[in-house]
Amino acid sequence: MATKRSPISQQSCDGVDGHHLLVSVSPHLKADITVSRIMWTVVVCLMPPLILSIFVFGFQTLIITAVSVASCLATEAISQKLLGRPVTIKDGSAVITGLLLAYVIPPGVPLWMPVFGAVMAIFVTKIIMGGLGFNIFNPALIGRAFLVATYPVAMTTAWLAPIRNVAIFRTMGAGVDAVSSATPLYVLKHYGMAAVKEQFGSGTSIYTDFFIGFRPGCIGETSALLLLVGGLYLIYRGYIRWHIPVSIIATVALLTWIFDGERIFTGDPLLAVLSGGVMLGAFFMATDYVTSPTQRNGQVVFGIGVGALTVLIRLKGGYPEGVCYAILLMNPLTPALDQWFKPKRFSQGAVQ
Amino acid sequence: MMTPLATFPKGGVHPKENKDLSNALPIETMPDPSKVSLFLKQHVGTPCQVAVPHRPDPRSDHAIDDNLLFSSEHPGALFRLLVDKKDRVKQGDRIGEIGDRLGAVLHASVGGAVLGVKNILHYQVGKAPAIVIRTDPEAVAPIRMPVDWRHFSREQIQERIAAAGIVGLGGAGFPTDVKLDVKPGVKLDTLILNGAECEPYITCDHRVMVEKAREIIEGAKILLTVLGITYCAIGVENNKPDAIAALNEAIDRADSTDGFKIEVKPLAVKYPQGSADQIMQSITGRVRPSGQRSSSIGIIVQNVYTTKMVYDAVVLDKPLTERVITVTGRAIARPANLRVKIGTHISEIADYLGGTTADLCKVVVGGPMMGFAVSDLDMPITKTTPGILFMNHAEVDARAHGPCIRCGFCLDACPMGLEPNNIGIYVEAGRGAETEPFGLMDDCFECGSCAYVCPAKRPLVQFIRLARLEIDQARKLKEIREQKRKAG
Ligand code: SF4
Ligand code: SF4
Repeated sequence: MATKRSPISQQSCDGVDGHHLLVSVSPHLKADITVSRIMWTVVVCLMPPLILSIFVFGFQTLIITAVSVASCLATEAISQKLLGRPVTIKDGSAVITGLLLAYVIPPGVPLWMPVFGAVMAIFVTKIIMGGLGFNIFNPALIGRAFLVATYPVAMTTAWLAPIRNVAIFRTMGAGVDAVSSATPLYVLKHYGMAAVKEQFGSGTSIYTDFFIGFRPGCIGETSALLLLVGGLYLIYRGYIRWHIPVSIIATVALLTWIFDGERIFTGDPLLAVLSGGVMLGAFFMATDYVTSPTQRNGQVVFGIGVGALTVLIRLKGGYPEGVCYAILLMNPLTPALDQWFKPKRFSQGAVQ
Repeated sequence: MMTPLATFPKGGVHPKENKDLSNALPIETMPDPSKVSLFLKQHVGTPCQVAVPHRPDPRSDHAIDDNLLFSSEHPGALFRLLVDKKDRVKQGDRIGEIGDRLGAVLHASVGGAVLGVKNILHYQVGKAPAIVIRTDPEAVAPIRMPVDWRHFSREQIQERIAAAGIVGLGGAGFPTDVKLDVKPGVKLDTLILNGAECEPYITCDHRVMVEKAREIIEGAKILLTVLGITYCAIGVENNKPDAIAALNEAIDRADSTDGFKIEVKPLAVKYPQGSADQIMQSITGRVRPSGQRSSSIGIIVQNVYTTKMVYDAVVLDKPLTERVITVTGRAIARPANLRVKIGTHISEIADYLGGTTADLCKVVVGGPMMGFAVSDLDMPITKTTPGILFMNHAEVDARAHGPCIRCGFCLDACPMGLEPNNIGIYVEAGRGAETEPFGLMDDCFECGSCAYVCPAKRPLVQFIRLARLEIDQARKLKEIREQKRKAG
């Protein structure tokens, strides 16, 4: 939406000695925080996973990400220009969308795919709905959903195997040297846990590999460690609360443990949380202000919903991964959750 | 282990205090200004009736504006003029009387010639009628001798408080004698003296507590006597250790055999700690039910500085004609805690303190969170003005606002549990009249916490005011329609 001037504020009047005194409604002090500061902080928190992905998958990931971000910015600027609205690309929100969109696509996709995804994310999901603050769905996830719907093969097979330490040198100058691979969730879905362990390591090394980010997966989702560091920093700064991430992660862990084995209570909760996009979704996508509830109890319900749907889709759905769709399914419930869980009014606590 | 300081559980913000500009400056007395303008309404209720002898001054074009005599803007305010041979008043003369309704009397704050009743710019309400007095530099203030208030009956004390024209100095300006006149059947147990002074920049109550602690404790005893109770808690934000120490020392020194129990309660530093609802909850844990008075939960809250004025009124028989204000900000040449005559024009105060700096950007009457920005300095302070803030460009955040990003920060900040974000969205959509269910009519006291934290810089308090106007209009419209329907 356009940045509007309010009806009676911020008019300046003639003051003393020809000074113009600013007249506006109280409060006359404002906190330092701004929308763009929040957004750019999120951008910074999203950088470490990208840098790691370059080491693990090669320069290809940087190129895809750059294309995605540039397309998001261009889409936003062009559509706002065409609609005669102020161009707001400096607020950082389109950069976040571009990053997140790149982070949820496989590293081996052709370069025009992020461009298409960006148009869907920014123009269809955000600008048409009225701009920042008015979209119902998380733009990056809608962008991804479009890509999965239109190019399902590329979106589910263009994986690269992680290469420790050497990918960056291999791809330098030599073009993309992709080694395709299947994601752990794909292997799990079709061949079972034994196959996962066989392919990705056994014992504790599989957990450490997954935690650090040495596994096939979307560009930005593989390193639970770096996503956790970024997410915790956002919580520490007070920009997001712990309620959504914790309830998502706890729900995924719990339900996987209960239902994911041959019998109940034999699933591997840790692996479930470390694989797929759980960490990225929990800290950086489900916490999107615009499309998630504002109250703590509403956020917990939202998180449980995302977690439960994730497990349901993983177990019963056609795709091995479920986080993106789970978040998209919960997004439109946000207004209802905000209706149910309103802030507690002061005098509700009154004792008569 | 330190026990956590008392505070209210929900909402609140912590703006940069900026009190160090003035909190160490002893109270200084400004000489009488060249003139004062005393608004007929400086309190909650109906305006005063003019009760001042007056003869138009031939040397001046100031004259009584006849239109003001029967003001339709202030129904119930009949401006009665007592025509007399003389046009001079002494400092402390009564110049405004209470009408038949809620009000407070008004006194001449300087001795001099009454120039008339004029419409004067008011920082809150646009223009309002005020009695203008030109100061006579030769006039001397009367000398007042202390008396022992313990000889007075409750009624006599009440009379003295009423006669001094004291109103709550913290902000709203509720007539103090009316507040103390508790209906029979209302059971009170606690007097809270509000020394929180949570507004950033403002330090007048702080300095009064440091310098006049003895009078405040004595004043507390007077109030307790009137109320017929024995317990008084003084809530002071913990960023004023010298004030807390001064009050504690005064309590120790005071006569402790009279059965009163007075104690200082240090409070966590959090805005709006000084709001009546919040300080009551911080100190007693009790919550005032929406739409009811604080006395319904057994508490009377008085500002510390008001208590000092009660002392002056009862012990010295001194009317409320001057007060300490904090003149501060980075654009005033010399910040000060200044004792000024009520009705002194801001321009004269600024001149007395050496004027303003070249990068003056905004002048706020009152504190930065709830005060009023003004465009003209030729307007007087009132009984309820706690300070004047001269802000330079660096202190002012005038960024344009953007759309709500639904971060929920404002919901967390609102101490009353309201939804400022939604009110703003409704108002922007032209649907302000539909916001009544959000509870803003009863509970929002425009503390500004929500707008302070909003990262999109949304003018939420302004939206709330507009919503109130629209709700009011809608109500009136509905009434008119009903009447028409009944008539037709
Ligand atoms: S101004 Fe009103 S809505 Fe905003 S925080 Fe204060 S009480 Fe709540
Ligand atoms: S703080 Fe501002 S941006 Fe955040 S929810 Fe409230 S109104 Fe919206």
